[in-house]
Amino acid sequence: MSLAQPASNPRLLLPSGVSDAGITADVAWPILEKRRWTKWWIAIVFTLPFVAATLAGLVGLFWEGVGLWGINTTNVWGIAIANYVWWIGIGNAGTLISGLLLLTRQGWRASINRFAEAMTLFAVSIAGIFPIIHLGRPQYFYWLAPYPNTMTLWPQWRSALIWDFWSILSYLLFSILFWYLGLIPDAATLRDRAKSRFGQRFFGVLALGWRGSAYHWHVHKTLQLTLAALAVPLVCSVHSIVGLDFAASLMPGWQEPIFPPYFVVGAMYSGFAMVVLLALGVRWGLDLTGYITARHFDAMALMILMAALVMTASYASEWFTAWYSGEHAERSLIAFEFTGPYWPLYGLLLLFNCILPQLLWLPAARRNLWCLAVVSIGILIGMWLERILIIWNTLGHDRLPSMRHTFVMSLTDWTFLFGPLGLFAFLFLLFARFFPIVSMYEVRELAHAEAAS
Amino acid sequence: MKALVVEFPSAPSVTKAAEQVRARGYPLLDAVTPYPLEPLLRLVGKRPAGVRTPMAVAGFSVAIAFYVLQYWTAVYAYPVNSGGRPLNSWPVFPLVPFEVGVLAAAVAGFAAFLVRCGLPRLNHPFFAAPNTARATQDRFYLLVDPLEDGKTAPLMALLFDAGALSVCETEG
Repeated sequence: MSLAQPASNPRLLLPSGVSDAGITADVAWPILEKRRWTKWWIAIVFTLPFVAATLAGLVGLFWEGVGLWGINTTNVWGIAIANYVWWIGIGNAGTLISGLLLLTRQGWRASINRFAEAMTLFAVSIAGIFPIIHLGRPQYFYWLAPYPNTMTLWPQWRSALIWDFWSILSYLLFSILFWYLGLIPDAATLRDRAKSRFGQRFFGVLALGWRGSAYHWHVHKTLQLTLAALAVPLVCSVHSIVGLDFAASLMPGWQEPIFPPYFVVGAMYSGFAMVVLLALGVRWGLDLTGYITARHFDAMALMILMAALVMTASYASEWFTAWYSGEHAERSLIAFEFTGPYWPLYGLLLLFNCILPQLLWLPAARRNLWCLAVVSIGILIGMWLERILIIWNTLGHDRLPSMRHTFVMSLTDWTFLFGPLGLFAFLFLLFARFFPIVSMYEVRELAHAEAAS
Repeated sequence: MKALVVEFPSAPSVTKAAEQVRARGYPLLDAVTPYPLEPLLRLVGKRPAGVRTPMAVAGFSVAIAFYVLQYWTAVYAYPVNSGGRPLNSWPVFPLVPFEVGVLAAAVAGFAAFLVRCGLPRLNHPFFAAPNTARATQDRFYLLVDPLEDGKTAPLMALLFDAGALSVCETEG
């Protein structure tokens, strides 16, 4: 399946003749009118076992404790931390698309920013679970908050765990506000189109009485731009803090100043891969082929390609720094990565993150949806492997040889590897069913700008 | 105050009409559109949005408050000697105030947005006009002063010449 460029003018994002009424009808119709949601129900049923497994895993961890993980005194971190980094990385791209691309006036964000923001909300919510369930006593996670208590205890502000707590909390609440601000005008549209009493009330409450007066739009736009300007440093700081979780330690392979920026780019990389996959799904499932076009996939593929080059350079700088430091521990860790028990995984990581995305140099590959899907899935797997190998390799090859152990995955590890993927799909499907998945007012604005040009 | 709600089919027609209304010296009360139109805002009268100052004030003051909280708990309330580091570990202490400060700025910005726009509100006289059903979809509206009897006719002629579809009178 490949996409043809729009014939009239290749610079335009939307097909010519897109009207305000047409955009509104195409996005609002599936939500409000009676429609067969057969594909949707099949997808929901498919995700339910994963949701149940995640919930069962959570109950098990709170009931039994961290012994259910495959961790031990050597491999003190495992799937929980790798998944935390992976999921918060997925969440990164939504904010970057809505914030960075808004500030740089990239028109192609208009059709994809809404569901990319929703992706951020769900991914960050899931990411937030992992630091809690990796704690020895997860039921006491609220001790991370500073509040006057009878034990006269206060948080240890020098601990990376505290930084994680505040960065996830701030990032999640900030993302909800940003997403909701964009939703308000579209909720007003749905309020005015809804025929059922429930629909009118539901979207009426969400719209807060929005009517789109000139001053409303002015305030709305000013706030949206200001939040975007705050979102970019916020998202970089959040993932830098995730990088500091490792870099603030003294372990070989972790104590590297390159970790914060390298984590930010890695997060953007896997996040864009997820956006491509979701865009493919949304386009196919909701018949939005006119709004998510060849130009969108082309632009996202170029972002992915750029990130692939930066990631490759980051890996190369890790190897170089290890060799250049002359430290035995650092050098032998790199040798362990290539020759230790995890070498097949490390090879896959390099294949998926560095070699396969080079396909996107070819314009034909950037327009071929199957090719994009394969590269994106590869990147998502590759980036997960990167995070788990950062943990397994360093912890499994510490300075003390007698402590070295290989990690063995337990049932809980497997559950939390795959379960949250289904939970994420479940939440995203609910969102696609009940909310406008494309930002209608921004597409109208884009169509107006393209008609005027 | 009464107002005339004039409906237009497209963005160019509403912008042209607003320009002509202003050029003839008639007051333009407001414009309601399904997406932001910068020229209309200028014609209606641009007032400052007033969200950035509250955001800056809230952001910086919450960030400072958090640094003070860290300082007081780490130096006085619960001092811990962590590997000989100074009790006031200033190189890492800005991390949490930054995160919380950005969040506080966002919350303050949203609150300012609601206050400045007069939201949330349950109803508005604009919605009572019978021709406003598509205001959030694909129709564009100008709100003009109805003027006294006898003076309205030339204004009406001007609006319909510019492409107006309908006119309704409303309170508000």
